[in-house]
Amino acid sequence: MRFSLIRDKRLHLIPALLLAVLLLLGAGDDSARIDRIGHQLMCVCGCNQVLLECNHVGCSYSTRMRDELTAAVTRGDGDNNVVQWFIQTYGTTVLTVPTEHGFNRIAWIMPYLALVLGIGLVVIIVAVWKKRPLAVHASVPTAVRGVELDRFRDQARRETQL
Amino acid sequence: MAELGSFVLLLALALSAYSFLAGLIALIRKQPGSERLSETARRAGIASFGAVFTGAVILVTAAFRNDFSISYILHHSNRDLPLPYKFATLWSGQEGSLLFWSLLLSGYGLVLRLRHKTDVRLFAHASVVIAAVQVFFLLLLNFAAKPFAVIQTAVPPDGNGLNPLLQYPEMVIHPPMLYLGYVGFTVPFAFALGALAMKYPGEKWIHITRRWTMVTWGFLTCGVFLGAHWAYSVLGWGGYWGWDPVENASLMPWLVGTAFLHSVMMQEKRGMLKTWNMWLVFGTFWLAILGTFLTRSGIISSVHAFAQSSIGDWFFWFLIISLGTFTFFFVKNRSHLRSEHKLESLISRESSFLFNNLLFVLACFTVLWGTWFPKISELAQGKKVTVGAAFYNKVTIPVALLLLLLTAVGPLLAWRKTSFESLKRNFLWPSLGALAVGIVLVGLGVRPWADVSYFYALVAAMLAALVAFTVISEFIRGGRVISGHTGENLAASMVRLWHRNTRRYGGYIVHFGVALVFLGILGTPFNREAEKEMAFGDKLALGPYTLLCRSYTQEENANYSSDLAIIQIFKGDKQIDTLYPESRFYTASQQQQHVPAIRSTLKEDIYVVYEGQNQDTGRPIIKAHLNPMVSWIWIGLIVMVFGTILSLVPNAAPMRATVRDSKEARVPAHAAPVGAGD
Repeated sequence: MRFSLIRDKRLHLIPALLLAVLLLLGAGDDSARIDRIGHQLMCVCGCNQVLLECNHVGCSYSTRMRDELTAAVTRGDGDNNVVQWFIQTYGTTVLTVPTEHGFNRIAWIMPYLALVLGIGLVVIIVAVWKKRPLAVHASVPTAVRGVELDRFRDQARRETQL
Repeated sequence: MAELGSFVLLLALALSAYSFLAGLIALIRKQPGSERLSETARRAGIASFGAVFTGAVILVTAAFRNDFSISYILHHSNRDLPLPYKFATLWSGQEGSLLFWSLLLSGYGLVLRLRHKTDVRLFAHASVVIAAVQVFFLLLLNFAAKPFAVIQTAVPPDGNGLNPLLQYPEMVIHPPMLYLGYVGFTVPFAFALGALAMKYPGEKWIHITRRWTMVTWGFLTCGVFLGAHWAYSVLGWGGYWGWDPVENASLMPWLVGTAFLHSVMMQEKRGMLKTWNMWLVFGTFWLAILGTFLTRSGIISSVHAFAQSSIGDWFFWFLIISLGTFTFFFVKNRSHLRSEHKLESLISRESSFLFNNLLFVLACFTVLWGTWFPKISELAQGKKVTVGAAFYNKVTIPVALLLLLLTAVGPLLAWRKTSFESLKRNFLWPSLGALAVGIVLVGLGVRPWADVSYFYALVAAMLAALVAFTVISEFIRGGRVISGHTGENLAASMVRLWHRNTRRYGGYIVHFGVALVFLGILGTPFNREAEKEMAFGDKLALGPYTLLCRSYTQEENANYSSDLAIIQIFKGDKQIDTLYPESRFYTASQQQQHVPAIRSTLKEDIYVVYEGQNQDTGRPIIKAHLNPMVSWIWIGLIVMVFGTILSLVPNAAPMRATVRDSKEARVPAHAAPVGAGD
């Protein structure tokens, strides 16, 4: 009898424990989401800092925006919906980086395009320069002397700097 | 005092204008008597330094004497401001910083004009260019941003005070360093434009400007890194580089200037890249002015823009005029800039310089692109966008890693052509060492497949190790050869090796410093942070540490009142330190500022910020960051500066060895080039 009472009490505790675990897990998940989304958003007070990193003293925006973010995540809005809400409320400058759609895609493409074009250009330059004829064509080899010898010596000195 | 200040600035403008016009006429006319006219221009340029210097002294004296009748002093100082910051008032606002810029420029001009006998005609050309730039800044100071403007109302009993963010010891040296770098690049530009205008024969102008460029680069490097250190120590967000437009403005000329420092060797050694070098010198100068335009015009918003006004228009037109002038002379005299040699192999020092330049310029372009994109977007689609740190981190890291690879590989490639044997000999052990570092890091738990930032960190660590090992192996290999020749020990031989070619081995030390900087940066993905409302006795876990809130206290002095948190740091059960993060309220400016407390070790920084009180609960908020490896960035800077200083030391006279007999010759045949070249 006593054993069954204890067992009954434990049985009563199980749903409560499960609920607590779920709440804790949910809380943990929410904080991760707040952290993730909060790092995609800027504080719009003009401090140029990421929302969750804004430590601007007396900032009238960041506290409110963090509360809005927490509220949206807590009520279960999807990441995309939360971000879209912030864009509609505060404008596109609220995003930390340009989107990867439309005109803004150029922002992302240009550095990589420049890298590819630059490498291509250097390779072409190297190829062209390799084919470039020397300014002086060798004819019958003769002993170098005088001013020409000085020029060669000067060049050798420059190239070895000994 | 204000009248005297205004007068000397007007005098400086007249002297600089005369120096420019008389110098220009003397260069153009080339008639008898032109030398005398040129000499008067030179002396006027020297005298202009005296006038600008007097103006700067008057402004600083006004700050020390609390002369609040001068508007600039009223807005940037107050009676209780500590003395070092009163000195820093000179560069704390728009007008003062322009005066400081002008002072440094006239200082550089003074040195240049005093050394004119090195090459009278080239220096006369450079002097005219510097005078022209000086005229621009003095026009600003006399007509657009007057540092000695007086207030029209009754003089208040106290000033508004200095911006709290600027009341930090580093602010006394960071701006001068940065400005010495910015302004200093005017000198190589002046020589380059002068050489282009006069079709200067040979590469002597490059040799003359080399030291100027290296000194200037050293100052700019210090300025950029001190700015990062200031941001880390003062702004309280736990990072050191936020890709803010003002930070970008300092980085862009540094990147192009660094490209020039490398590619100029191609011109010195092989007579190549003459056109490219001209544009790099101009680009560095132009970007320094562009950065000032960006931050002063308000065209791009920045948290660091302490001095914004309408002088952006002036800078805009100066940028246009300087671009037009340089382009004119380039088009007119470009035939003078033909390369003397051809490229012989893709695997050569020349190629590595080409790729090095490409990457530096590309990095600069990326930063410029990101800085301007909000404006471009506004013009194109009518709405601004933000380009934050995440963008720059994503697009610049691959370029930075490629540059690090070239830093390791480039110096060991031979001029003209590198053989496979040479590659194997130079890179085998450093490559194995770098590989071992990678394996150890994976063993320690760095999982490159888990996150792209870990992958970058691992690659950066291996490349930084490769740089360090190649530098060390170069010193050891060269030292051993000299040791075998002279009988000295290895350390003494390495010193002798450096002294035989200071630029090359000083440069290697700079590269070693760069590797250390990367070591510091690659800790970023492993940063951790925690935040908590902490009452007395509350604990906050941060990695292996526990932060215990012992108490809160208050302090007050004439300049500010301060709330301090007393936070004890525990590792396990052992207390290792106590930190005192502050929240200050500055009396004169009525502004509040957080002052983080930092415990720095070689392994990591514990960075604690007292963020004030929760407005709802009234409980104090403590935020803590655990930032691995950050100290190595500042150590890397010290090494880079040390290497720069070493590379400025003149080379020792070359050793002359006479080989009497093949049997007596102790130096092996391949030892001859040790220490030679760059």
